Amino acid sequence: MKSEIPGLWSGEIFEERTELGVDELCRLCSVDRTTIVQFVEEGVLSVAEADPTGWRFQGGALRRARVAVRLQKDLELNLPGVALALELLEELDRLRSQLGVLRR
Amino acid sequence: MDFKDYYQVMGVARDATEPQIKQAYRRLARKYHPDVSKEKDAEARFKELGEAYEVLKSPEKRAAYDQLGTGPRPGESFKPPPDWGAGFEFSGAGPQPGADAGADYSDFFESLFGGAARGARRGTRQTGGFDQGHGEDHHAKVLLDLDAALRGGSRQMTLRLPEVDAEGHLVFRERTLNVQIPKGIQAGQTIRLAGQGAPAPAGGTGGDLYIEVEFQPHPLYRVDGRDLYLELPVAPWEAALGASVQTPTPGGSVDLKIPAGSHAGTKLRLRSRGLPATVPGDLYVVLQIALPPAVDDKSKDAYRAMAQALPFNPRATLGV
Repeated sequence: MKSEIPGLWSGEIFEERTELGVDELCRLCSVDRTTIVQFVEEGVLSVAEADPTGWRFQGGALRRARVAVRLQKDLELNLPGVALALELLEELDRLRSQLGVLRR
Repeated sequence: MDFKDYYQVMGVARDATEPQIKQAYRRLARKYHPDVSKEKDAEARFKELGEAYEVLKSPEKRAAYDQLGTGPRPGESFKPPPDWGAGFEFSGAGPQPGADAGADYSDFFESLFGGAARGARRGTRQTGGFDQGHGEDHHAKVLLDLDAALRGGSRQMTLRLPEVDAEGHLVFRERTLNVQIPKGIQAGQTIRLAGQGAPAPAGGTGGDLYIEVEFQPHPLYRVDGRDLYLELPVAPWEAALGASVQTPTPGGSVDLKIPAGSHAGTKLRLRSRGLPATVPGDLYVVLQIALPPAVDDKSKDAYRAMAQALPFNPRATLGV
């Protein structure tokens, strides 16, 4: 099936938003609140702002949380393993992009 | 339909034990996981692996699969036998590995185990459990040219999105969208198109479409976050004596002052000439010394004169 959608769609850069609530994050990652709380406790996600209505995350938490959920599920990693893998993956990304700058 | 040799996919013998199969899955899953692997076909390999594991880890499915033998000879097409599946019970454990909204099984798998219907059920549950009033969000990845982020502008992109059809089967729909690229978007960031995900359930709002962006390599600039790097070749006398040279930047070429006494690797920063953003990135110009070729008498004489005039040992730091 194929469909052409005429017209021009414009969107926002999600990471530039700071207003990502727990419920929205849960929905976007298809996980329950407990998982998000565990991610925060393990340092996988950091809370940008906490007010009486709940936690707020930076937009960048979305990608991190989705990768964390996939690693947990697909590789059967436990939480400390997920946290370590994420840190190493980010370090690897940084190094790769620096290598790209140096190479040529 | 192509026959899939799940044992070959997992790199195990046909008489492999359950622990061996699990071990092979773990090893290959780490290697080909799309979030971890940079292998070109990682996503396809990971899906194939998940499918193979789905069959081989379940004693019932594995026994049923083994009944098929080693498949047709190469080039022959595969059809499940008419009495396929008789006596086997496949309900129970649903797909797990790689089970994102669109767990994507091959025709081969679906002809044997009917994965589509199960995928569809999972899709529904995903939406239902978390926010009843919101259509499912869709996620996609695109590879953009850097110019789109530097200048903004629209790009046409074709996305493959999972969808549940009227009979409850999971199908993939190709959707071509014309998207305005927000100026200054960085690799790894996401464009959100509100309301472009799955349609709204009764009385609710439509899902959103999230497009994660990566960049194709650019012929001039390397990207590091919001900073850009450009290698700028200069002549030896431009580096030694200082000069003002034309330099390309994303906003058009500028006159760049090369300080006297520059050397290869000298980094000059052009503030705010990187990726545009609220806090724009910088452009780093890294100098490269380009040597004029000594091809005729005149140029050779020039090099000889320099050798005579300069008491220069390029290997002084090596102690020789």
